Amino acid sequence: STLWANKSTNLQRGDTASTIDVSVLDIRNTVGNVPMEWYQDYPHIGYNLDGKKIFKPIRNKDELDEFLDKMENPDYWRTVHDKTTASDIRLTDEQVDLVHRLQKGQFGDVNFNEYEPSVDFFTNEVMIHPVTNRPQDKRSFIPSLIEKEKVSKLVHAIKMGWIKPRKPKETTPQYYDLWAKEDPNAILGRHKMHVPAPKMRLPGHEESYNPPPEYLLTEEERLVWEQQDAEDRKLPFLPQKHSCLRAVPAFSRFIHERFERCLDLYLCPRQRKMRVNVNPEDLIPKLPKPKDLQPFPTTMSLVYRGHTSLVRSISASPTGQWLVSGSDDFTVRFWEVNTGRCMKTLEVGGAVKSVAWNPNPAVCLVAVCFERTVLLLNPSLGDRLVVSSTDQLITAYEPPEEDKEQAVTWALSEGLEHNMGHRLTLTHPKAVKQVVWHGKGDYLSSVMPDNSSNLQVLIHQVSKRRTQNPFRKNKGLVQCVSFHPLRPYFFVATQRYVRVYNLIKQELTKKLMTNCKWISSMAIHPGGDNLICGSYDCRLAWFDLDLSTKPYKMLRHHKKALRGVAYHRNYPLFASGADDGSVIVCHGMVYNDLLQNPLIVPVKVLKGHQITHDLGVLDVTFHPTQPWVFSSGADTTIRLFT
Amino acid sequence: MGGLQKKKYERGSATNYITRNKARKKLQLSLADFRRLCILKGIYPHEPKHKKKVNKGSTAPRTFYLLKDIRFLLHEPIVRKFREYKVFVRKLRKAYGKAEWTAVERLRDNKPGYKLDHIIKERYPTFIDALRDIDDALSMCFLFSTFARTGKCHVQTITLCRRLTVEWMNYVVTSRSLRKVFISIKGIYYQAEVLGQLITWLVPYQFAHDHPTDVDYRVMATFTEMYTTLFGFINFRLYQTLNLVYPPKLDSKAESELKAEHEEDYAMDSESYLEKLSALSASLARVVATAEEEEENQLDQFPADGEDLENMEAREKEQKEQEAQNRLFEGLKFFLNREVPRESLAFILRCFGAEVSWDKSLCIGGTYNVTDETITHQIVDRPDIDKQYINRYYIQPQWVFDSVNAKMRLPVEDYFLGVTLPPHLSPFVEEKDGDYVPPEKLKLMALQRGEKHEEEEDDDDDDDDEEYNDEVDDEDLTEEKNLKKMEDQRSQGKQTLAVKVTPGKVKPWETGSVGNKVRLEKEEKAEEKRLAIMMMKKKEKYLYDKIMFGKKRTTREANKLAAKRKAHEDTSKAEKKQKKAKKQ
Repeated sequence: STLWANKSTNLQRGDTASTIDVSVLDIRNTVGNVPMEWYQDYPHIGYNLDGKKIFKPIRNKDELDEFLDKMENPDYWRTVHDKTTASDIRLTDEQVDLVHRLQKGQFGDVNFNEYEPSVDFFTNEVMIHPVTNRPQDKRSFIPSLIEKEKVSKLVHAIKMGWIKPRKPKETTPQYYDLWAKEDPNAILGRHKMHVPAPKMRLPGHEESYNPPPEYLLTEEERLVWEQQDAEDRKLPFLPQKHSCLRAVPAFSRFIHERFERCLDLYLCPRQRKMRVNVNPEDLIPKLPKPKDLQPFPTTMSLVYRGHTSLVRSISASPTGQWLVSGSDDFTVRFWEVNTGRCMKTLEVGGAVKSVAWNPNPAVCLVAVCFERTVLLLNPSLGDRLVVSSTDQLITAYEPPEEDKEQAVTWALSEGLEHNMGHRLTLTHPKAVKQVVWHGKGDYLSSVMPDNSSNLQVLIHQVSKRRTQNPFRKNKGLVQCVSFHPLRPYFFVATQRYVRVYNLIKQELTKKLMTNCKWISSMAIHPGGDNLICGSYDCRLAWFDLDLSTKPYKMLRHHKKALRGVAYHRNYPLFASGADDGSVIVCHGMVYNDLLQNPLIVPVKVLKGHQITHDLGVLDVTFHPTQPWVFSSGADTTIRLFT
Repeated sequence: MGGLQKKKYERGSATNYITRNKARKKLQLSLADFRRLCILKGIYPHEPKHKKKVNKGSTAPRTFYLLKDIRFLLHEPIVRKFREYKVFVRKLRKAYGKAEWTAVERLRDNKPGYKLDHIIKERYPTFIDALRDIDDALSMCFLFSTFARTGKCHVQTITLCRRLTVEWMNYVVTSRSLRKVFISIKGIYYQAEVLGQLITWLVPYQFAHDHPTDVDYRVMATFTEMYTTLFGFINFRLYQTLNLVYPPKLDSKAESELKAEHEEDYAMDSESYLEKLSALSASLARVVATAEEEEENQLDQFPADGEDLENMEAREKEQKEQEAQNRLFEGLKFFLNREVPRESLAFILRCFGAEVSWDKSLCIGGTYNVTDETITHQIVDRPDIDKQYINRYYIQPQWVFDSVNAKMRLPVEDYFLGVTLPPHLSPFVEEKDGDYVPPEKLKLMALQRGEKHEEEEDDDDDDDDEEYNDEVDDEDLTEEKNLKKMEDQRSQGKQTLAVKVTPGKVKPWETGSVGNKVRLEKEEKAEEKRLAIMMMKKKEKYLYDKIMFGKKRTTREANKLAAKRKAHEDTSKAEKKQKKAKKQ
């Protein structure tokens, strides 16, 4: 286009030179044929004879002006922009005509005649006189000696057998019996590593030119097929039906497919893969039948209704007659197990986090914790003798002579509260999450989870109203604690580890790695050598303390976070409750023989709790004597499975 | 422990593999030459077991060759030929540039070439190895033989491929080893059993190819180069096993017959000979002229007992079946109309012992005319034909294919002219239990077992017939009949309803306990299984889940197909009824 513009300006210049005085109109390109980009940023292009700058015409047309110009100016179509002078030039009629002629491929000059009569330089008529009349050379008559010499040399060479005729080229390949002497020993070692290419897949019914109608794609399937990527397609082609063989067209991707096969053969990395050929039934482990492992709870028999908010914690009395439950509706309720009757409801001043019934049958005490308080209650249920002896036990306390500063304050309840059953109130410095009794029923431990202090676990002695903090160091956020049922061991579960302390020697004896992300609950086997941990990442870890500090078995039975785990005191059973609303009861037999590992068999999945606010079962506990399991849930009910 | 400890990636699997670029550098070859060498020598990349270890800790995608393979390539004489060729090209270019035409001619004459015989022998140490790997060679040669002789590859390659494929087809015809055929939308699949090896190949339909631009023909040509060599040697050996002359010659008797007819039509004898061969209508010449071609190869009887005996019987039965299949079309005389694919049909029919001919103007080698009275079947692929002979069947080509797959001559009625053909099923599908089996296949299997038409079909037909008869009857009569029928049906329905109600109420009392027990037992079993699955190890659980997922998927697909079929049948029935209603 620049060339074109140049041409037009030249024409223009010629015109102007002829018509207008040169000195008047001094629009000339004085810079010559240099790239005009060099003058892009300057207001001028070149200099005139006096050494003055030749300024570009002021040009501040924007797009809009351009457009308006296009719409309004009737000569817009014949206006061209000259880069060399940076000015717009309107083409004259002659110039437009010239352009048209050039576009048509005609000559620029109107007067040029392309069809002039041709004039022969030489006549086509043969004349009688030659152009040159030179006689022929003598050497054109005489045989050449040099040639003769050469020929005789060649003849001699042929005679002597030095020159042989060229062998005819073999164009067709020669075939013979290549495997005439098959030697199996000649097989190279390389062939051992050889992975033969798999053969092409044989075609199925859908590839037929006339397939059964069910193999044809429906309209939607066809659309899906078309939108899919070529790699994602299940079939590399569209099944088609043709009424007769005559109507079958050529397959357009035939060469492609062969080519892809070639590429696969020489480019695709090969690997020997062992295909697993197992019967899936064989993979299922052979476990003893649940029927042979009875008794275990199988059906839901009772629902204890009464709470109005989620029931955080439950505990059964050592006799198995009563059940206590603590809920977020600020109440503690006492139930008769066999009838499902609510015997008593006690209002407390906060959401109850944990309840625990004293395991000693000779004492009738229940520990309840809410907010910063641990309350010891005497529910006055069951044997009156036991009830009164408990009261006596508490009143028989004599304060020691020298009063020591303690972490909690012990307060004896009186008056109305006493009538309600309150006996002792332990006010803690921080919120309490869990209370646990020791097997003998005199010691009590409470957990105040706090990441930044060493005051997380306290052990209280009820008879002496004494409290002590067993740990000097903070080892992480304590989740739950537990006493060993027989020996003076104390289990503390932090987020990921369970530490076992010897209370007498006051030292750490074991640290169990649970492989869980966050422990939620823990239970100790009544034998004392085994332990289960439930975690929020859906796992249940069984530890054999004699075996290792790693879990003996990891059970991933639940779909959601585990909230509570429990062992049965007499039967080889344990249960776990989780947020998926199910309680799974497993048979967990521990043998006295040290060589035999515990046998763990899931025996029943108990369902009944509704899931509310993504919470299902919050606590499980076993009946102390019967193979029954209680579970409390977020749906405000407690359920008994027998 | 003595010795220096080796560094991390200087021992173990990292030392067994080599990347492509390194291999190329080691061999000092260009990428194109390396590719060609790999194709010819059958070297392919390996996927290492531990990719990261081999890749020196990196996870970048790389292709790895076995170092041993590459070392093995180092001593390949063909590599030198490649270099010679490179030099030749350079010299030739120079001579061209200098316009030294004599030099060009001389160089052209001494163009370096190479042979692949030793490579074939090395890659396939035994003949069976070679046979096993011939599938791709066959498909490729059949494809190349259909190429037009315009530029995409050398004309010599195309003619060679054609020659080899014709030889192969002649061998299959003579040895009668074709087993299965299948018309797919891609082309025609054939499966032959040669020396105990199942060999499958695909032949494209006879159309001009529109050559795709994104295909590298050099790669294909290199493969074809290798395949033609392999294929030629295999053909030689196969012809030898049958005592046939190689390169194949027509039987002298047949040759004279053919010559007499067509001498004037074909100018070049050498060209017409291949065409005569490819017509597949004549038998081949043998090295040792045997009076009787068919030597009955009976299985020797071995004294055996127990399981061996059973095996032996099974084998014998199979052999008999095989022989029966080989004689499937024996004694039949076919005539191919000009619109049917001549080559494929002639090939198939000749493989099963039929006599075939075609129009003289269609191809060389036709032995008899349409007017021949002894023709039993004429294969036609058009809706109708003007002049029909009474003493022959006019059938569509699918009959031949279906009969071969069914190993029996199927009833010709379904394949007459203008008839809607039954679906053409793939003979390569072997249904396991749980897979979907199309009803046509079930019907076919029943037919093979020797049963006549299925009852259901008969019923349907009868119904149709009846209804057609009804139509023929007077309208009043039909109305009456219909009314009667409807009444009958209604009363029957009532009866059945009454019958149904009583046991329905009784059942739970009488048999409920038993049913409950069964159900309970089932439930218990299911729960036991569920609990046991909970106790599976993670690895096994994963495997188990995968297997079960696959099983479920297959059943789902089968169900989907069955549902689709049912829907299709329902709609077609409804349409039929509508048509009938319109007629009435």
